[in-house]
Amino acid sequence: MNKLTLALAQINTHLGDVQSNLEKHLQLAQEAHASGADLLVFPELSLTGYVLQDLASTVSNRPTADNPVFKPLLDASRQLDLVVGFVDEDSRSRFYIASAYLSGGEVLHVHHKVYLPTYGLFDEGRFFAWGDSIQAFDTRFGRLGILICEDFWHASPPYLLWLDGADLMLFASASPGRGLNQAPELESARWVEHINKAYASLFTVYVAHANRVGYEDGLNFWGGSTVYDPNGELLAKGPYHMETLTLCEIDLQQIHRTRTRLPLLRDERTALVMRELQRILSDGRSTQKGIR
Amino acid sequence: MTDLTINTDLARTILTGFIRTEITRAGFKRAVLGLSGGIDSTLSCFLTAEALGAENVLVVRMPYRSSSPDSLSDAQMVIDRLGVQALTIPITDMVDPLLAQIPAENQVRRGNVMARMRMIILYDQSEAFKGLVVGTGNKTEILLGYTTLYGDAACALNPLGDLYKTQVRQLARAMGVPESIINKPPSADLWAGQTDEGELGFTYAEVDRLLYLLVDQRYSPDDCIQAGFEPRFVQEAVRRIRKYHYKRLMPPIAKLSNRTIGYDFLYLRDWGT
Repeated sequence: MNKLTLALAQINTHLGDVQSNLEKHLQLAQEAHASGADLLVFPELSLTGYVLQDLASTVSNRPTADNPVFKPLLDASRQLDLVVGFVDEDSRSRFYIASAYLSGGEVLHVHHKVYLPTYGLFDEGRFFAWGDSIQAFDTRFGRLGILICEDFWHASPPYLLWLDGADLMLFASASPGRGLNQAPELESARWVEHINKAYASLFTVYVAHANRVGYEDGLNFWGGSTVYDPNGELLAKGPYHMETLTLCEIDLQQIHRTRTRLPLLRDERTALVMRELQRILSDGRSTQKGIR
Repeated sequence: MTDLTINTDLARTILTGFIRTEITRAGFKRAVLGLSGGIDSTLSCFLTAEALGAENVLVVRMPYRSSSPDSLSDAQMVIDRLGVQALTIPITDMVDPLLAQIPAENQVRRGNVMARMRMIILYDQSEAFKGLVVGTGNKTEILLGYTTLYGDAACALNPLGDLYKTQVRQLARAMGVPESIINKPPSADLWAGQTDEGELGFTYAEVDRLLYLLVDQRYSPDDCIQAGFEPRFVQEAVRRIRKYHYKRLMPPIAKLSNRTIGYDFLYLRDWGT
């Protein structure tokens, strides 16, 4: 399959009301399917809302066929593939910010957020466990990868997904808007757009970002979901601060064309990276360099 | 580095969305504001009327006998311009009997009584009109503590609290607030001739640049002095920010149990909505 229609569900959510958020997911899945979408991506914590604090443990779900929240979503995934955001509770009651990839009634992959921002206005590390794995996975559209918000503020997770074979990176966010100045977009929006464009360019991959909208108390979520192609060109962008379903057809053959011109993946010297990382990390002065 | 200019279209979108969302998810569709005819309450009123529709906004003018007549007429200009619902409830007959019972020569005490009397009226109208009280305090006055706790600071939500006075002026201009309101000297109008800048001892234009460095840009006081601000001015701003922090917080609860409101009982106000 060379062509794929992506849909980005730039939605608002009800804080802690999983049932009403689930209904919105199912409605949008129908709508996206009717519009010809093959894959629908929801933002971070799309089933629960973002600033959960003490709600975290009460809104968690396990992504299994017998879970009452996941069952209808898995049924919907027979029509089109879905990425949904939720709180995952593992068998030992650790709570993770998670996104699940659902396809054909199966859970193909679950990503646990590996970087939990706990600074400034963020307090995720207080309420959630840190994910410990960054892995690409195979789908009917090829090999993909999922990252959640702060994961891709760090350069290493997209880099690892790239090396693990992901040609389409799906980023999910609940990004609070901040940094109002003269510019027509917030600093937080500009930053995320810069790095999404940079990852698409550096790794010659498709990068699709679904960000939510709405408010939670005084926080606004800015939307502006985007799709960048392997040349770093913007293919689609949702509006700021408005609920939207953004559809974008992507041509996977573009990866072939771009990498023929620009063989960055072919020339990436992973063994060199490994050697140097080992040297840097084993060096007695690593603490002094702030490495952990 | 100290350019406080904002994109007013973006501010307007975010703030009207904030007012509309936070009022409707609390189960309301209407709002109540105290309208003094000054720039802060006027801008808050413009934003709220745009967010909810003028018919869903009740403004209340609450003059005291020493209030400037210009305040009433400026407020009338806003009411006429926006078409919001309006009430005028003078506070003189409430304030004077109370002041007669306490030997309050002190202007701060008198001013606080007036500000809190207005709060009582607004919260009463909130119940009568079934609308939430929208605040009018800006970032400069909140940081400097230039506000009466449980008086003008009392509100259900505050759209202006992250805008410095300089930015309030810019947004007000962009939204079409009359120039006469934008240009008059800011005043709490608690006694004749009172102006904010006279009372504070510096201008908003100056202190906004300083606060922007101290707070937004995380400059140390020494960094600000290095950047050219007078040491005494910097010290006074830092002193006020620290001294009046209590006005910005809920009262602390003494912790006894394993789960205490404010410390480890943590939910947003939008919980469940």
